[in-house]
Amino acid sequence: MENNHLDTEIIKTKDVNFYYGAFKALTDITMNFEKRKVTALIGPSGCGKSTLLRLLNRMNDLIAGARVEGEVLFEGMNIYDPEVDPVEVRRRIGMVFQKPNPFPKSIFNNITYGPRLTGTANKSDLEALAEQSLKQAVLWDEVKDILGRSAMTLSGGQQQRLCIARALAMKPDILLMDEPTSALDPISTAKIEELIDELKKSYTIIIVTHNMQQAARISDKTGFFYIGKLIEYNATEKIFTNPDVKQTEDYITGRFG
Amino acid sequence: MTRHQKEIIIKNVFFILSLVSILVLGLIVVFLFREGLPVFREVSLRDFIFGMEWYPTYSPPSYGIWPLIVGSLIVTIFSSLIAVPLGVLSAVYISEIAPPAIKEILKSIIELLAGLPSVVLGFFGMVIVAPWLQETFDLPTGLNIINASVILAVMAVPTISSISEDALYAVPNEFKEASYALGATKFETIARIIVPAALSGISTAVILGMARAIGETMVVLMVAGGAAAIPESIFDSVRPMPASIAAEMGEAPFRSGHYHALFATGIVLFLMTLAFNLVADYISQKFKEVGSATL
Repeated sequence: MENNHLDTEIIKTKDVNFYYGAFKALTDITMNFEKRKVTALIGPSGCGKSTLLRLLNRMNDLIAGARVEGEVLFEGMNIYDPEVDPVEVRRRIGMVFQKPNPFPKSIFNNITYGPRLTGTANKSDLEALAEQSLKQAVLWDEVKDILGRSAMTLSGGQQQRLCIARALAMKPDILLMDEPTSALDPISTAKIEELIDELKKSYTIIIVTHNMQQAARISDKTGFFYIGKLIEYNATEKIFTNPDVKQTEDYITGRFG
Repeated sequence: MTRHQKEIIIKNVFFILSLVSILVLGLIVVFLFREGLPVFREVSLRDFIFGMEWYPTYSPPSYGIWPLIVGSLIVTIFSSLIAVPLGVLSAVYISEIAPPAIKEILKSIIELLAGLPSVVLGFFGMVIVAPWLQETFDLPTGLNIINASVILAVMAVPTISSISEDALYAVPNEFKEASYALGATKFETIARIIVPAALSGISTAVILGMARAIGETMVVLMVAGGAAAIPESIFDSVRPMPASIAAEMGEAPFRSGHYHALFATGIVLFLMTLAFNLVADYISQKFKEVGSATL
């Protein structure tokens, strides 16, 4: 184990502004994310929380007309530096999406898609990696006999855990989750939440959620966003019991949003 | 009149209209068989299909269409070899790579290509391609397999490209995002995710493009050279089935053996294009039923 200070930060944004064309989606976001913690980003629709998440692994690059100002420092390196290859960033910062999006391939090929891109070709290595990732995502027992079957035949909750396993197979440093349970039933949601709790022992997790109770249940720190601004960023317990800012309290208690 | 009665009338009008078009097509097929089948009083099915000699006006005539079938197949195969890579790759470029401005220009050019009358392409093949081939390769004639294949390929590219493009557009954006998020490059995403996911649509496009090439008449009539013999090289002339029918029908006496033989050739052509369409249909259905297939 490397030294595991509670306040070790792994990625931080510094005065980040983000534009979709002429529209300013984020204003002056400065935020530190801690290693092996779960950080939740909450706020009403359109507040910029998903935009911020997708900024952390340069997924926003894929949107025409998107523009970033400021710095995003991942282990001290600005990932928006022109020298940095976004492909390299995305290999180290994994992402799980709102809608489960397995590839129309077999379960095994879904998991090994990423590792194969990085040149892992040895069959037994890939098999070991698939087993390890599926176990981490608590899906192994359900699929170990049907690894050759299409991932599309799994249920929504299983598909989402497969997507988590697929991201874990890249052995990322950070796992970004964009409302990973919003398309799932309560039982699948509970499974994913348990999984997140387990994963934070070895991964840094940043999760966007619409569901405030979910943020309260699973996260260590919570950031509240409103119209592109970070209103309050504090320990989750503090945010939900005694927030510093009035606006946060109004949102938490359901007065708006 | 109640609303319900109106609904019934509208329903029936649509039913009758669709029935009419099916009926007309059915009658054409019936006619084709009625005029074609009598040839088998003069020649056996085996001698007709596999006969090596097509001398319908000799006496006694010989009605062997094997050289015509070979002619059709060979120009279809060679045109596909040219048209499939061009059509599929241009579809990939248009749907995934090209910047919006270039995309629009390319799409309209390909649509324009689809709108070119085949006689114009045939004319181009006769006047431009044929003399060039003849001089460059020192051939007795430039009207040959390679010329016909190139012109047919030009005709098949728009079909293949536009149907493939639709299939590529139909690949959900979520797949692409997932691939990029795992650290795939654009090329890796196209080659390993987008194209495989669109494969059933692309196969359909390819087969429909080939069906278009095998049934095309004017181009092969004008540039294939018209020799009813098994070719020995790609610079030989051939006489594909549609060209033979179009060229000879005007001179064949009504309900003579020659006339029936041409209709029977039409039946063979009809069955071949039907087979192409059934295969295309089967492929697209097969992949549709399982949602997305395991690749």
